[in-house]
Amino acid sequence: MTSLTAKDKDRVKTFWAQVSGKVEDIGSEAMARMLIVYPQTKTYFAHWKDVSPFSPSAKKHGITVMGGVAFAVTKIDDLKAGLLNLSELHAFTLRVDPANFKIMSHCIMVVMANMFPEDFTPQIHVAMDKFLSALALALAEKYR
Amino acid sequence: MVEWTDFERATIADIFSKMEYEVIGPAALSRCLVVYPWTQRYFGNFGNLYNAAAIIGNPMVAKHGTTILHGLDRAVKNMDNIKSEYAELSVLHSEKLHVDPDNFKLLSDCLTIVISAKLGKEFNGEVQAAFQKFLAVVVNSLGRQYH
Repeated sequence: MTSLTAKDKDRVKTFWAQVSGKVEDIGSEAMARMLIVYPQTKTYFAHWKDVSPFSPSAKKHGITVMGGVAFAVTKIDDLKAGLLNLSELHAFTLRVDPANFKIMSHCIMVVMANMFPEDFTPQIHVAMDKFLSALALALAEKYR
Repeated sequence: MVEWTDFERATIADIFSKMEYEVIGPAALSRCLVVYPWTQRYFGNFGNLYNAAAIIGNPMVAKHGTTILHGLDRAVKNMDNIKSEYAELSVLHSEKLHVDPDNFKLLSDCLTIVISAKLGKEFNGEVQAAFQKFLAVVVNSLGRQYH
C-alpha cells in the first residue's frame, strides 16, 4: 500500500478539523449503516442485547470506533507504531476479519459525503480513502 | 433470480425518477478517475486528465459520465431481468473495451458516495442498502459474459 504524501496528510487533517464537531454523529451513523447494509457484520455483536442499528450499544460502539479513527489522525505520521496496541487488540482479542475494515471505511465515507456534501470533494475523498486504507493496514499489522 | 422487496423497487424507481443525469453522471465518473487513478487507463484519448481539476472540468469525462449513468436506465426499467438486459453490454466491455470488471465496483462505490451527498437525509441506511444491492446486481451482470 502506498504511504501518505504530505498533501494527503494535510487534506485529512484539514477535513478532520472541519468535521471535528460531528465525529460522534459520523461514528454512530456509519455503524448503523454498516449493520443495515452489510448484515453479516452483525455476527461480531451477537453478545449485545440489541443488535439493531440505532440501539444504545450500536451508537456507543460507533462512537468508540470513530474515536479510534480520530486517534489515528493524531498518529498519521506513523500509523504502524501509533496503532500497535489497537492492532494487538484486534488481532488477539477481537479477531475482526480485515475485510470488514474496508466495509466500515466505505460506510464512514458515505456518511462524510452525506453530512458534508460541499466539503467531501474528490480530492478530499481520495486522501481520506488512502488514510483509511493505511489505517486498516496498520490495524491488521499484528494479525499474523 | 434476484428477489426485490416493494421497498427496494420503490426506492430505485424514486431515485432514478429525479436523477439529474448531467450532474450526477459526470460527478461519479470524475470522482472515480480521481480516487482510483488507475481507471484512467481506459480513457487515453480523453485529453487532459493530469490532475483533479482537469478531470473534473474535462467535457469528454462529463459526456461519458452521463452516458454511463443512462446505462443504468435499462436495469431500472427491468429489475427482474437485469442479467439478460446487460448480456450484450457485458460482452462489449469484455471483448471490445477490455475493462477489468473490478472497475465496475469502483465506479459504483463512487456513484453511491455522490448520491449520498446529493440526497442527504433521504439517503438513510435502508435506502443505501437498496441502492447498493441494485448496483451490485448490475455490476455482477456486467461481469457475467467475461471468459
